[in-house]
Amino acid sequence: MARVSTPARSRVLRRRETKSAYMFLLPSLVFFLAFVIFPMVLCVYTSFFDSTMGKETKDVFIGFGNYIELFRDSVFLRALKNTIIIVVVSVPITCIFSLWISSAIYQMPGKLLSFFRIVFYLPVITGSVAVTVVWKWMFNNYYGIFNYLGTQTGLISQRINWLGDERYALGCIILILLTTSVGQPIVLYVSALGNVDSSLIEAAEVDGATDLQVFWKIKWPNIMPTTLYILIITTINSFQCFALIQLLTSGGPNHSTDTVMYYIYYTAFKLYRYGYGNAMGVVLAIFIAVLSAIQFRLGREK
Amino acid sequence: MDTRRHGVHHLSAYRIFCLAVLFILAFLFLFPLYWIVTGAFKTAQEVNSVTPVWWPQQWTMANFQKLMSRQSAPLWEIHLPFSSGLTKDGSSLVLSAGPVLPAAVRWLINTVFMSLMAMILTCVTATMAGYALAKKRFAGQTILFALIVAAMALPKQVITIPLIREMSNLKLYNTIWAVIFPTVGWPFGVFLMRQFSETVPQEMLEAARIDGASEARTFTQIVVPMVKPGIGALAIFTFIQNWNDYFMQLIMLSSTNNLTISLGIAKLQAENSTDFGLIMAGAALASVPILIVFLIFQKYFTQGIAMGAVKG
Amino acid sequence: MKKILALGLATVMAAGLTACGSSKPAQAPADTTKAETAQSAATEAPAASTEAAASAEGADLNTSITLWTYPVGKWGDSATVDALISDFNAKYPNVKVTVEYLDYTNGDDQVNTAIEGGQAPDMVLEGPERLVANWGAKGYMVDLSDIMSEDAASDLYESVKNACTGKDGKVYEYPLCMVAHCMAVNKTYMEKENAMQYIDEATNTWKSTDDFLKAVQAVYDSGQKDVLAVYCAGQGGDQGTRALINNMYSGTFTNAEHTEYTADSEQNVKALTALKNQKGVNFDASLVGGDEINLFRQGVLAMSLCWNAAQQTNTDAGNEMGKTNNGDEILPLLFPSDDGKTELCGGIWGFGVFDNGDQDKIAASKAFIDFFTNSDETAKAVKASGFFPVHQNLTGVYDGEATADVMALFTKNFMPSMGDYYQVVPGWAEARTAWWNMLQRIGSGGDVKTELAAFDKEANAAASAAGK
Repeated sequence: MARVSTPARSRVLRRRETKSAYMFLLPSLVFFLAFVIFPMVLCVYTSFFDSTMGKETKDVFIGFGNYIELFRDSVFLRALKNTIIIVVVSVPITCIFSLWISSAIYQMPGKLLSFFRIVFYLPVITGSVAVTVVWKWMFNNYYGIFNYLGTQTGLISQRINWLGDERYALGCIILILLTTSVGQPIVLYVSALGNVDSSLIEAAEVDGATDLQVFWKIKWPNIMPTTLYILIITTINSFQCFALIQLLTSGGPNHSTDTVMYYIYYTAFKLYRYGYGNAMGVVLAIFIAVLSAIQFRLGREK
Repeated sequence: MDTRRHGVHHLSAYRIFCLAVLFILAFLFLFPLYWIVTGAFKTAQEVNSVTPVWWPQQWTMANFQKLMSRQSAPLWEIHLPFSSGLTKDGSSLVLSAGPVLPAAVRWLINTVFMSLMAMILTCVTATMAGYALAKKRFAGQTILFALIVAAMALPKQVITIPLIREMSNLKLYNTIWAVIFPTVGWPFGVFLMRQFSETVPQEMLEAARIDGASEARTFTQIVVPMVKPGIGALAIFTFIQNWNDYFMQLIMLSSTNNLTISLGIAKLQAENSTDFGLIMAGAALASVPILIVFLIFQKYFTQGIAMGAVKG
Repeated sequence: MKKILALGLATVMAAGLTACGSSKPAQAPADTTKAETAQSAATEAPAASTEAAASAEGADLNTSITLWTYPVGKWGDSATVDALISDFNAKYPNVKVTVEYLDYTNGDDQVNTAIEGGQAPDMVLEGPERLVANWGAKGYMVDLSDIMSEDAASDLYESVKNACTGKDGKVYEYPLCMVAHCMAVNKTYMEKENAMQYIDEATNTWKSTDDFLKAVQAVYDSGQKDVLAVYCAGQGGDQGTRALINNMYSGTFTNAEHTEYTADSEQNVKALTALKNQKGVNFDASLVGGDEINLFRQGVLAMSLCWNAAQQTNTDAGNEMGKTNNGDEILPLLFPSDDGKTELCGGIWGFGVFDNGDQDKIAASKAFIDFFTNSDETAKAVKASGFFPVHQNLTGVYDGEATADVMALFTKNFMPSMGDYYQVVPGWAEARTAWWNMLQRIGSGGDVKTELAAFDKEANAAASAAGK
């Protein structure tokens, strides 16, 4: 971060640097401002209006009306809760699971290592839609493979309507989300673990350290930055989980798999309440901004 | 290598247990793909059977034939962005060429075009911006960086509704650009490239300046070669991200000619929930090509992904 | 080089952005004037369209139009539609028709985003619940009364005409075909425990609601644990669940004036409670109508609530007509009723025209509609749907076809029971969403009375908001 800074630099130079900096920033800034910041501003603006679909309907300014309604809307609160559940459950599991897999495979012979790495990365590659189609069949109440195998082997006495039952639907979504999100962390951890200085490990082993001690004392501090990065990207991914819900449950049954992301879509295109949907977006954005600020701080401190 | 020695050295019960679990998990991860590929070749009876048919008794191409004969579209068709001012009726210019072919193939072409275009645009703009952010001091730097970090985690759904209206005003709605531009605007790439550009030694830039090299020359001759690994990582990341991004496509694209493959499959599923074989054929078409690309470039993929993390 | 390119792009985009920014505030007044011109133009349009239809060549119409179809029988199949359009192009060679095929799961979202994106299609083929009660009421559709008033249209059924007319007296849908939705049973399962005794096969009716429930129990007792599914994952096929519930004890869904939802009634509570307590009935939040049909065809379910003539004649899965995939006989039935008077929920399909401000496109769309609804082509267009004509004098459409007998049976035993077309109450789209959500709540243990009341409240709120 240290930059050469001469206090005597003239203002002219400073201005010239600013100018050249913006020349480089311009292409990126155009896209950023036009397609991220501008709609965001519009989103905040519209969120103060009662805006709906209709050729002759005009937006009515209602101040914080949408926001007040939002916190009384039990479906929104449920969606918010589900979103948090998804993040809180899937992020740590993804991290721990992929760390475990990586530790188990990173010392394997090259061929086997690549095999496992590819296999766990497959769901990322094949794409959420194609995979979801199969999962939908696997979870099917009447002829899905889970019920088939479950009842055949006697693990479950009765068919379970996985996606049609409030008790299981969210769990199913999280399970699929997990399979599509461990691929990248595994690749990252394998590489990070491979970079740990092996002479340190050997020295510790000579001193009689157990595997567990080696892990906590030597490996863990070394892979800490990777872990933080994984935490951040997994959190972002879990927040953005949409295709799964739209294709599998449409937020049902009884809004038990609604997330804020899906509910925004639902509010806008099934209930035609644009202003209300935008208010939801604003609340979510603030929520995420705060969360990532905290994560960022933590990252800096470590 | 010493890694191998480790492996042999520790062949304990725990290791064997791990290996067993790993293979079971690998099987579970492989299963959806296996089911897609075999399902695509099963007969209607087998694929709709209430008790699962594990292996096609009789391989059939019927599903693919059905998929290919469903709808058709011209091979190539591209809307020129911002060209509506040039035409009389205010619709944007369309360059169209090639023979008419099955829509499913066109979806694949659209997806490739979209992913590549987003990748190129992102890499170019993000490398330039990342360099400026890391190596230059300018007015508004702190606030811009804060904005970028804050926007990075923002889910796209948040801005959907205004974005549709904006795209409609720009006459970009229902063109592939409506999906590409917002992804290019997403600031993750800038953030990543800033981290990479940090590693370029200040002395080299100073030296170039003293030698009288222009800004553009300094950038292309010194900065770009040094951050090349970063560009590679970003390229792979953006490509995969776009290939899999379903939401933007769902919102922005509507006509058959403009669909992407994942959107096409989703539509196929909604329209023909009864014809599982057809859906499997579509899913196979969506996943197998990218899988082959991935297998060929596997090394670069994994390196690129790992690289992004070190700097990110 | 790259920089220059990027700069160029940037300038263009910045220009586009300012243009978009400045057009925003001006939009509201611009829209109203547009609407007015559209209205005044619409009154002039009849001359244009009759002229167009009258001229044998039709070559004076020169434009391109888009048609979005929902899967209304073979109107959702590109081969059939391409053939129909080539007939149209024989008369109107200069009108290019582009077709998009929608599905019932995402189709509405797709049209809604397109409207929001300023790219609504020129025509949509669907029913009054969308064309009239939703997009029509929201002001997006063109009034079609000019072509409706022509001679050839005079033999439309009066009830159909009413359904296609909005609250403002404007015609937003030009009807093509209709059907009465019914239910069906798998005869093999019924025969196992002698459940056929509860059915009057000659008239395709249940003897009574109690007999229907007894039959469900009998099939359940025979070992077929999945008898029927009250599917509620989404809105697809939801008329089936409504029709069953409303008919069982003669409840209603809306008032006769189509202004208010009346689902929260003693009769409906009774019906839903009976279904909820009946063994073999699954309130299944993982299915929509299409899935249910599929399960019924596979022999997984013994009854289907989402049946009609087109389903009965459908052979897409390689099955024989009127048989399930494994060859069991399918018997279509009216919904059970306590008073012996079943009111079937109808489907009326036709064309609606979006007002996109281009008079040429509107005129061409009207010519298109006229061609398929008021000419020799009509029989062909109806046949493509697999449903029944809305013109009283158009008979014998299916004569000589393999499906003729089935169609005759439906004309005789089902079409007369076609009930009130209530799907045009304001706020219909929102009420539909509320309906399947309500079924989900009951399915996961909600109290029938409370949930029905909650539904009525939500639906009526939408109705009054839309009625404003």
